[in-house]
Parts: sequence; C-alpha cells; structure tokens
Amino acid sequence: MKLALELTGVTCTFAARGGDGAAYTALSGVDLRVGEGEFVAVVGPTGCGKSTLLNVAAGLLKPAAGTVTVFGESLAGINRRSGYLFQTDALMPWRSALENVTAGLQFRGVGAQDARDQANDWLKRVGLEAHGHKYPHELSGGMKKRVALAQTLILDPKMLLMDEPFSALDVQTRSLMGNELLALWSQDRKSVVFVTHDLEEAIALSDRVVVMSAGPASRPIGKFPIDLPRPRDVAEIRLTPHFVELHTLIWSALRDEVQKAHAHAME
Amino acid sequence: MNRGVLALMQAGLLLTLFALWHLLVKTEVLPAFFFGEPLIVLQRIWNWFATGKILPHLGITLLETVLAFAIGTTLGLVFGLWLALSDLAAKLLDPYITAVNSMPRVILAPIFAVWLGLGIWSKVLLGVTLVFFIVFFSVYHGVREVSPTVLANARMLGASGRQLLRHVYLPSATAWVFSSLHAAVGMAFVGAVVGEYLGSAKGVGYLILQAEGVFDINTVFAGVLVLTACALVLDRIVTLAERRLLRWRPGNVSAAS
Repeated sequence: MKLALELTGVTCTFAARGGDGAAYTALSGVDLRVGEGEFVAVVGPTGCGKSTLLNVAAGLLKPAAGTVTVFGESLAGINRRSGYLFQTDALMPWRSALENVTAGLQFRGVGAQDARDQANDWLKRVGLEAHGHKYPHELSGGMKKRVALAQTLILDPKMLLMDEPFSALDVQTRSLMGNELLALWSQDRKSVVFVTHDLEEAIALSDRVVVMSAGPASRPIGKFPIDLPRPRDVAEIRLTPHFVELHTLIWSALRDEVQKAHAHAME
Repeated sequence: MNRGVLALMQAGLLLTLFALWHLLVKTEVLPAFFFGEPLIVLQRIWNWFATGKILPHLGITLLETVLAFAIGTTLGLVFGLWLALSDLAAKLLDPYITAVNSMPRVILAPIFAVWLGLGIWSKVLLGVTLVFFIVFFSVYHGVREVSPTVLANARMLGASGRQLLRHVYLPSATAWVFSSLHAAVGMAFVGAVVGEYLGSAKGVGYLILQAEGVFDINTVFAGVLVLTACALVLDRIVTLAERRLLRWRPGNVSAAS
C-alpha cells in the first residue's frame, strides 16, 4: 500500500508557561503511517497530544524532532494536500455559510461565479442548500459542522485531518454526521486521520484504530485493524458481536492509559 | 416596552427639564445672568437657522469633525493592524504609545495652532490625536483576540499572508473598531470645538467664545445645544453603519437599537 502520511520519530515540546520549569513534551518518538485511502482513527485519553499530532500532520506545527512525509514528499510549511476539520468553531463568523464554503476557492483565485456554483453544489450535498445565506451564529451545531465539511471538501484534499469534529454535537446528530461522513468518504476514499477520545466512534468509522499512551511524552502503543464490513451504519454497527469483541480488545489496551491520565490530572 | 412610547417618554423628559429650567430662572431661584433663559436660547437657535447665520460656522465645525474622525480612524486602523501583527514594532513602540496616550493632548492645541495656523487643519490634527488612540487600541486588541482556530482554518484553506490580513484580521478588527467609533465620534467633536475655542475665526466653538466674551450666556447655551444635537446625529449615523456592516454579529440588531 502506498503511504499518504508518514510520521517518523516525531517529538513535540512546548516551553513551560511562565518561563521557569521544564519544557512540556507532548509527543515523543511518534511513528504513524497512513495508507492512501485508509481511514485511521487515533484514540487516547484526554491530554495525550492527539491535536498536536494533527497539527504536525497539517504543517501548522513544526515538530522539535522527526520527519513528516506526505505522499512521499517531505513536508515544509502548510500541508496543501490536506483538509482540516477542527474541534471548535472554525468558520469565519463574518461570512455567510455560502461565503465560507467559497473561501478556499477564493484564496486559490477561482472566479466568483464559478466558486459560488461549486459552493452551492456542495451545500446541496451536505443538505444545506436552503441555508447558504445564513451567518454561522444562525446555524445549529450540526449545520456548522456540515458547512465546515463542505468548506474543506470543496477543495478536494487528498487527505482529511479531523480533530474530534463531532464531539460538541448531541448523540443523535453525531451518528447522523458519522454516517454522512462515511457516505462522502466512500465516494472517493480520501486518506483520513480521525482523532477522538470516543472509542466507539473510532471503531465504527475507521479501518484501523491507533491507541495513544497517556501524556506527557505520549506515543502510539497499539494498532488494531477494524475488519468490520462496509458500508456501515455507525449507530447500528455498535450492536454487532464483532464490534463488541473489538471494543473489548482495544479497551483493555486503552483502559490503563485512561487511568494513568486520570491519576496524572488529579495530582 | 413599545418603541413609540419610549420615544414619547424621552421627549417628555426633555420638555420637563426645559420647563424646570424655565421655572427656576423665572422664579429667580437661579439668576438668569448666569443660567440663561431657555426661551431666549431656543429663539437664538431659531434665528440662527432662520437667517442661516450659523450655517457656515456649523459647516466648518462639522467638516473638522468628519475629517478628524476619518483620518484618525484610518490611521488607528492601519497602525493597530501593523503593531498587532509585528511583534518587534509592538515591543519597540510600546512605551512611546503609552506615553503619548497618557499625555493630556488638549494641551497640544496651541502648538498645533502655531504649526498649522488658525484654519481648520490645527483643529483636525487635535481631533486626530484624540480619535487615533481610541481606534488604535481597539484594533490592536481586536487583532490579538482573533480566534486561533479561525486563523488556522483559513491557513489550511490556503490563505496567503495578505489574504489572511484582508479576509480574517480586517473583518475581525472591524467589529472592534465599531465598538470604539461611538467614543471616537464624540472625541472628534471635542477636538474640533476645543480647537476652535482656543483660536479660530469660524466655527461653532468660535461663536461660543465670542458670546462668552460679552457674557451672552444665552448664546453660549444655544451653541452647546446645537453641538449636542449634531453629536447625536453623528452617533446615529455610526449606529446605522454599524448595523449594516456587522449584520453577521449575533445579537447586533437588538444591541444597536
């Protein structure tokens, strides 16, 4: 399998706040490989540096050590082949839904009319054709996520980086968005790195689950292939025996790390 | 409460205050020589507009105000953006900005008059020094408060440095600018009138100064009332522009009315 993303020995340190004290090491010697068209979910306890990992892959953060290779090329600056879905609101509040979706095309110099046509098409694909004129504060949480999805996918990135994109949504909207994501993904099978702290979501969506150790200095401690059949319904698949088996298996690896993270947070 | 009822009550309050003023002066609780007579004040205003005598003066004062407002706001916006985005410039200029901002700038008016003469530009400059800092500090803090997620998202969508400035920093700063413009428009007025008061041959400030020289307290009050009405109109224009430009802001419609 050809690799879409390869992290080798990635280490990230942050200067301690206030100047004194030791630097905080978020990631230490992380190796991660994501194949072309592969959907990889990264799970780990809170504060294990999952977002840091994505920021490194996106080129928003330069690692202190290690290399990042994207489709065989060493990454310098922003990862232009990737789209990023953020955990918190990332839409420009001063632009309507439609104008948010056209933003990336506008930055690339695509003509206004052409950009609007494409954006309208994408709004339709995420079911928001009637809401293009609304500003982000007029949209519900699920609608904002759909706009963000359209905003990213309109640029046809070869790779999607997703940072707990659905964590702020209610349970029903969350399964709905999960199914929509899978439907969109199955059309052209982009490489996906999906970061979450929700193991069920990780198993339901992905081809492979990577478990991170508790921070500081976290790194992957286990890889679990998910051989559930596709297409999947993320709500229903949780009830199948094989899903439960996988969940039990991965949870046994994750549990210790969650406890460690909890103990660390209580100190 | 109904908006019409509220407006009526506001007008009623104004009438009551005028009536109170009138009564206190008529019963000689307040000496008319120092406190004026509201009827004469209103008549003076009426005469000014009926004969058109005030129009050239009012025109000059408004021109100074608008120029000070426009120039001060533009400079504040440009410098605010520049300093917020350039760490070195911000660190280098920080003590100077604090120093100039804490200086009582109205005292500079005579110096400006010496530099620029008694025409409108010395008043405009005074207004600019007052307006600039209000807008500058809002923009400076506004840019630093830009959501890091929105910024990272725009970068991931391929925005270049210039596009970030135009499509992220500038719209984000605009919201902050507007929050300061209400104060800024008042300050532009203060700059114009104080400048006129300290030395000029035209303008409402000049009229007030002349009247004061002959203890014509009614004309002084008339001038103050005309200026107040103009300040209200300008503030209203800012509010209307704000509503148009900041439609995207949650709760803006109710906050502006």
